[in-house]
Amino acid sequence: MISGLKGMLVTLRWLGKKNITANYPKEHLPVQERFMGFPGLLWDETAEEPFCTGCMVCVRECPTQCMTAIMHDNPNAVEGKSHRRKIIETFEINLNRCILCGICVDVCNFDAIAMSHEHELASFARTGARADLGLLLDLGRKFQTEVSWAPKGADRNVASVVLAKRAAAEAAKAEEAAAEAPTEATPASEAPVAEKAEKQEGGES
Amino acid sequence: MTTESQFETVDMMLNMGPQHPATHGVFRMVLKVDGEKVIDVIPHIGYLHRGTERLAEVETYGQVITLFDRVDYIANLNNELAFVRAGEQIMEVEAPERAQYIRVILAELNRVASHLLFIGTYAIDLGAMTPVMYGFRERERIQNLFEHVTGARMMHNYMRIGGVKADVPDDFVPWVRQLIGEVRKGVEECDKLLSTNEVFLGRTRGVGVIDGPTAISCGLTGPSLRGSGVAYDVRKDDPYEIYPYLNYKVPVGENGDCWDRYYLRMLECYESLSMIEQCLDQFPEGPIMAAGRRIARPPAGEVFSHSENPRGDLGVYLVSDGTDKPYRVKIRPPSFCNLVGLATMTRGSYIADAVAILGSLDIVLGEVDR
Ligand code: SF4
Ligand code: SF4
Repeated sequence: MISGLKGMLVTLRWLGKKNITANYPKEHLPVQERFMGFPGLLWDETAEEPFCTGCMVCVRECPTQCMTAIMHDNPNAVEGKSHRRKIIETFEINLNRCILCGICVDVCNFDAIAMSHEHELASFARTGARADLGLLLDLGRKFQTEVSWAPKGADRNVASVVLAKRAAAEAAKAEEAAAEAPTEATPASEAPVAEKAEKQEGGES
Repeated sequence: MTTESQFETVDMMLNMGPQHPATHGVFRMVLKVDGEKVIDVIPHIGYLHRGTERLAEVETYGQVITLFDRVDYIANLNNELAFVRAGEQIMEVEAPERAQYIRVILAELNRVASHLLFIGTYAIDLGAMTPVMYGFRERERIQNLFEHVTGARMMHNYMRIGGVKADVPDDFVPWVRQLIGEVRKGVEECDKLLSTNEVFLGRTRGVGVIDGPTAISCGLTGPSLRGSGVAYDVRKDDPYEIYPYLNYKVPVGENGDCWDRYYLRMLECYESLSMIEQCLDQFPEGPIMAAGRRIARPPAGEVFSHSENPRGDLGVYLVSDGTDKPYRVKIRPPSFCNLVGLATMTRGSYIADAVAILGSLDIVLGEVDR
């Protein structure tokens, strides 16, 4: 009897206090910064193309084999806008099978994929969970703007940085050969400076 | 008199489960009953069999960690720890000290979370509806921390052979300290709500008694064994990670009844919380991953390593043939082995007590069936 009252006291102490539960579909609790939602593909703004080269490493390492990727030649690379010679053509993740383990993010060498914060993608269609390139890029772009995402290996993966580096190296080479062809060296050495400045502005904003 | 003796009396077989709320998953007990008395129990398992051990043979070491998250889905980090320790043993690497501290802190927190879930659901089994709310509230706090550190609330995939995936966030230590305070209060509340309640005592005291030697011969481990007065704890008896540097007691019961098994877990929560505090006091700086190759490709060989999971002694037997995939992974799941004691404990008790006894073993069907 007394013990029952003791228990009642514990309950009474919480009476009238603020609810600690949230009314889910109406209220959404924020997720933590490291939260791993569905994977999304990231967008390289400097070259207006995805980071993903379709190298298939993540496809092979995925424990549930839920990804497919096909690569093709990158038209931007032909125009000299990007350093990626190959780029992703189609990419599909079957989100029904994805276990949100984050292995694909760990193994990607191109900073191309990240676990977004999206975790509410229920759909009525049976194929609704097959995320194609467009949806994955949307997820990635949303994630990029949500958190101030920064590439881990910018000097390897961000197009403008890599191109600037290459141009600088070429310029240095050209300068060495300046005695022979001085007219060619001048425009080449100007280009990287401009692009670097552009990148810095982009990084700060 | 004469009419009765003309008929043969047979014991009734009563099916409990697999869809019974008190079986905590899909577990079926066939009770052989004589009136209200249980004469024998025949457990049927396998409804949740996912072929984890077979799957582990076709996945790389990195991928197998995700499987271990799902073996015992209530104590994920303890399970990851068991596998990565086996992997480290076979590759002969040792995780840096900081990584070991992180792992132990998280594993102990997960033990507390698991015990809180047990306390809540056990109370529900016995008819008390409130404690589960308190238990879940505290467990939720712990899971928030996990989400903050590992990125996932339950399926973390955080530990790696040779360390952990990422360093803890900067606010980890103050966050955990605050968390410990809150959780300790929550455990105390559950304690007050339940442990002195006469109805609860009546339902658990002297129910499902198993003595020490029988418990050992049934292969019980963990709180189910310690409830019978046998102080066997892998953390103490075969120390691993940084457990030898921590100061803690292993609570043991006296009578081996449901009450002892329940209360022991409550005490273990307090012990674990104080262990985490000690870890935070000694928390070193340093690397979080042992130097070495990124892809695990251990030499051919075999190891057995075990660690203390909230349910008991979780063993991992790992055979490598020198490739990047294990040749064989055998799991010794404590829940499965603890089920062996179920029949011994239940025989001679009432049907209603069968629920209390099964609950006190705290089985996780994901681990029983793998
Ligand atoms: S996401 Fe990364 S690993 Fe996967 S195909 Fe693209 S570049 Fe390769
Ligand atoms: S998160 Fe894991 S399961 Fe999902 S796509 Fe990436 S590797 Fe595959």
